[in-house]
Amino acid sequence: MAKTITIDGVNIPYEEGQTIIEAATTAGIYIPHLCHHPEFTPHGSCKLCTVKVNGRNCSACTFPAMEGQEVINNAKDLNDDRQKITQMLFVEGNHFCPSCEKTGNCQLQAVAYHLNMLDDHFPLFYQHREMDASHADILIDHNRCIFCTLCVRASHAHDGKDVFAISGRGINKHLIVNSESGLLKDTNMAATDKAAHICPTGAILIKHTAYQVPIGERLYDHQQIDQVSLNTELVDHDK
Amino acid sequence: MTNKIRVATTSLAGCFGCHMSFLDIDERILELAEVVVFDRSPITDIEHCSADCDIGLIEGGVCNSENVHTLREFRKNCKILVAVGACAINGGLPAMRNFIPLEECLNEAYINGIGVENAQIPSDPELPLLLDKVRPIHEVVKVDYFLPGCPPSADVFWKFLTDLIAGREPSLPYELVHYD
Ligand code: SF4
Ligand code: SF4
Ligand code: FES
Repeated sequence: MAKTITIDGVNIPYEEGQTIIEAATTAGIYIPHLCHHPEFTPHGSCKLCTVKVNGRNCSACTFPAMEGQEVINNAKDLNDDRQKITQMLFVEGNHFCPSCEKTGNCQLQAVAYHLNMLDDHFPLFYQHREMDASHADILIDHNRCIFCTLCVRASHAHDGKDVFAISGRGINKHLIVNSESGLLKDTNMAATDKAAHICPTGAILIKHTAYQVPIGERLYDHQQIDQVSLNTELVDHDK
Repeated sequence: MTNKIRVATTSLAGCFGCHMSFLDIDERILELAEVVVFDRSPITDIEHCSADCDIGLIEGGVCNSENVHTLREFRKNCKILVAVGACAINGGLPAMRNFIPLEECLNEAYINGIGVENAQIPSDPELPLLLDKVRPIHEVVKVDYFLPGCPPSADVFWKFLTDLIAGREPSLPYELVHYD
């Protein structure tokens, strides 16, 4: 008999070694997330995927599924916390969506829409952050980085290049580039790298592609991230 | 007549795009005019809020001392204060000057800019002083509701106002929530 856990009262099967989010995705249940990606080792940093497991808060992307777990996912208090976390991500960086190429295709924004986030709640930091436009095909805008480390993990595990790392702590945390000059143009990164396409925000962009799809017709303009995410991640799983 | 809902509106550090979008409700404005009367607003040219406004719609963030006074006047006189659009909510495009020291901004605009004649930084005492940074309005006064978008679509205004006027808790469905 298949082992099962329950999520919001629904019985779902899991395989030994799966995390809660993996079991949920396979069963067609969306758990909000930003730093999780099915292809890479979990990082557990954004905390958006926080669920209650037998009454205790846990990150669904790192916590293993175990027999008899009762998981609460889609509850008002958890979604309220998720909205607060998302607001913190917005005020910590500089997210001027109307002038961002990623708008409409951005997972950070899509999660905010999904959570019906209408304002930033907190005072804005307006911390000055740099841009790196040195590379011929790829642009880095540090204003939009949420330190999910997906580019770090993709560059390491998939591209075998180690172009990125996170340096510093707390408010001084920032993304660094592995070259003597610190500039992207002096790395061996290519626009075809996985790391160039994995960023959930508009922090890493492929140049010369910005407005090929007009605003209003983009990925999340008419469909919510729960559906998009389940569709794409199930495909990733089956690979 | 007297029991019509009083709506005041203003644009602070905004571009009037939100007001234009509001007017995009088109002929629905007639329906609105049956239950609503406009108080202080660029639409009426009334200069100050009456003391009994019901709804204040604020477009734009706060970039100078006059914006602060206007915003406080609205808060004092409006039962419900609404941040309308990206600039009121997070400073928006005007806040992109926050990363450049104010003096550099002024020099660029009034001293070193292309085509500037008779270069001098305006300092007439009549002019409101610029704030060091552009701020969203919720950092200055308590805000009751937020309508995101750059600008929020006419349907956002319509949904919000009709909810409020009908005594419902205003809510925006997914299709109406956009930050761009
Ligand atoms: S990265 Fe996303 S949330 Fe940030 S400005 Fe761009 S579209 Fe908006
Ligand atoms: S650049 Fe993008 S992928 Fe890399 S850490 Fe920042 S947000 Fe994540
Ligand atoms: S998705 Fe689990 S902590 Fe980020």
